[in-house]
Amino acid sequence: MILDVIGVEFRYDSRRILRDVRFALKAGELLAILGPNGVGKTTLLKCINANLKPAAGSVLVDGCDVLRMDAMDIARRVGYVAQRTEAARLTVFDAVLLGRRPHLGWRVSDQDLRLTGAAIERLSLGPLTMRSIDRLSGGELQKVAIARALVQEPRLLLLDEPTSSLDLRNQIDILKIIRQVVDQHEVAAAMTMHDLNKALRWADKFIFLKEGAVYAAGRSREVTSEMVAAVYGVPVEIHLHRGFPWIIPLEQNGSERN
Amino acid sequence: MHLQSGQVSPEYRRYIGRKSLFIVFLGLLVAVLIVVGVAVGAATLRLADVGRTLLGASLSPQTDAIIWRIRLPQALAAVIGGAALAAAGAVMQSVLRNPLGSPFTLGISHAAAFGAALAVMLLGSGRMSSTIVGAVTLSNPYLTTASAFIFCMITAWVIVGISRIRGATPEIMVLTGVALSALFSAGIMFLQFFADDVQLAAMVFWTFGDAARASWTEIAILALVTLASAIFFFSKRWDYNAIDAGDETAKGLGVRVERVRMQAMLVSSLLTAVTVAFLGVIGFVGLVCPHIVRRLIGGDHRFLLPATLLTGSALLLASDTIARIVLAPHVLPVSVLTAFTGAPVFIYLILRGYRR
Repeated sequence: MILDVIGVEFRYDSRRILRDVRFALKAGELLAILGPNGVGKTTLLKCINANLKPAAGSVLVDGCDVLRMDAMDIARRVGYVAQRTEAARLTVFDAVLLGRRPHLGWRVSDQDLRLTGAAIERLSLGPLTMRSIDRLSGGELQKVAIARALVQEPRLLLLDEPTSSLDLRNQIDILKIIRQVVDQHEVAAAMTMHDLNKALRWADKFIFLKEGAVYAAGRSREVTSEMVAAVYGVPVEIHLHRGFPWIIPLEQNGSERN
Repeated sequence: MHLQSGQVSPEYRRYIGRKSLFIVFLGLLVAVLIVVGVAVGAATLRLADVGRTLLGASLSPQTDAIIWRIRLPQALAAVIGGAALAAAGAVMQSVLRNPLGSPFTLGISHAAAFGAALAVMLLGSGRMSSTIVGAVTLSNPYLTTASAFIFCMITAWVIVGISRIRGATPEIMVLTGVALSALFSAGIMFLQFFADDVQLAAMVFWTFGDAARASWTEIAILALVTLASAIFFFSKRWDYNAIDAGDETAKGLGVRVERVRMQAMLVSSLLTAVTVAFLGVIGFVGLVCPHIVRRLIGGDHRFLLPATLLTGSALLLASDTIARIVLAPHVLPVSVLTAFTGAPVFIYLILRGYRR
């Protein structure tokens, strides 16, 4: 197992955000963390890379408790792609090179530079190498953030809504890249998502969070309309299309249009 | 995971080379400005004589005295003070992720001015006396500087303390700075209102930043503090780059953001305090230099920090030299000149939507 989340509970002041969250991820698995706004999806990701400290429970990465690792050690194993990346006045190359920071000594080695070059190629950012990241589109900036997480050479990738605010083309590009990275590099990945159809199309597994706890979990094909209705309070139908589940919301009584 | 090793574009290597070259150029510029700055003044010296004297030759007792006792200390004070203020500004802008961050905008400079005014008023360290050039001297400069220094550090602690309680977000730190500036400005006005002529003159004199004020001992102290701080900042260059990408991203890269931010604020406040204590209030150098450098070579702190330091040196030294000749035989305090050039830049930044 690359990731073991064991009974994680998180409190903000006295309010309980997460309770008894547990799941596990193997190499080559992509997990979608699903649930309504404010249910604690981002909080869960932050507990996993020890950015936040859970009140109870533990998170093991490669069998080691993240709370006992120092920040740099975690960064060598866990790559985190935040929902928002600030665009500074840095070239794409330098912005990606930043991902080597957990491995860097006083000097940047040639190996660091070559890995950065490789990650840039991997994300097809080659033609933009020397462009300043404050001149990139949202989709390009998101690719830079993912490339930066890749040069960390992590075992586990955490992505907070990697496709939010991207157009259809870029959403699919990003999800494909994540899928390929997970398949080819023996890493595990967890991403939070709002688009259920895309999440289930690209992820192997899902968990639904409801009121801070895992309401349902399974392989992507095992999703049921009852789960979605219970978590989001919206009645849905689920159709299989080319082997993938597609969730279609039904309009509720009283809100039907004539 | 293991990425396959890729290629580094030659374009990137050239880009890095260009930036290194820029820093070398700035270094040479500062060296040239020192020679010019030493040569220019009430008694103009020949550049060749200045060069030979600086390299150890002794031409005449008169030239030696002018260079070693008056001109060189002043030039070095400007070089080191400029570097210190610019470094403090660059780091504050970075860790607060706010383009308006600088010792001036955070109220640290005002705190120093208040500290000096308080010393003049309550401890009687100010007394006017006529010297050859007709300037005001303080009867006890060390008491005044010590008081200024103490108030700088108090302000830094208040800013850091408030951000501890409320989280070290850029907004909170800058708003705290605004409030503190207003408070200290009001405090200075209060003191000035009750001051007599002599005290008032001493207070006003102190707030005019001036590189001619520092003695060799003070320059040595300033140089040591600046060097130590610069090394500290440079060792954190990757952390500052990471914070530029956003707190969450930085934390994901193993940066302990709050700690880095606190340390950076304390060290840059110390740097400001020492500079202001010895040279007086010199505004805008800390604000403007990082912006100029960012525009020219980008925001990568590996190059931004050394280039900003040197730009600070060059700017303050050039301003100081111009201040000595523009209204000769009158010598303007350098802070007047930096404010005249700095304020329009500040307004320009606001108009441009102050993206860093």
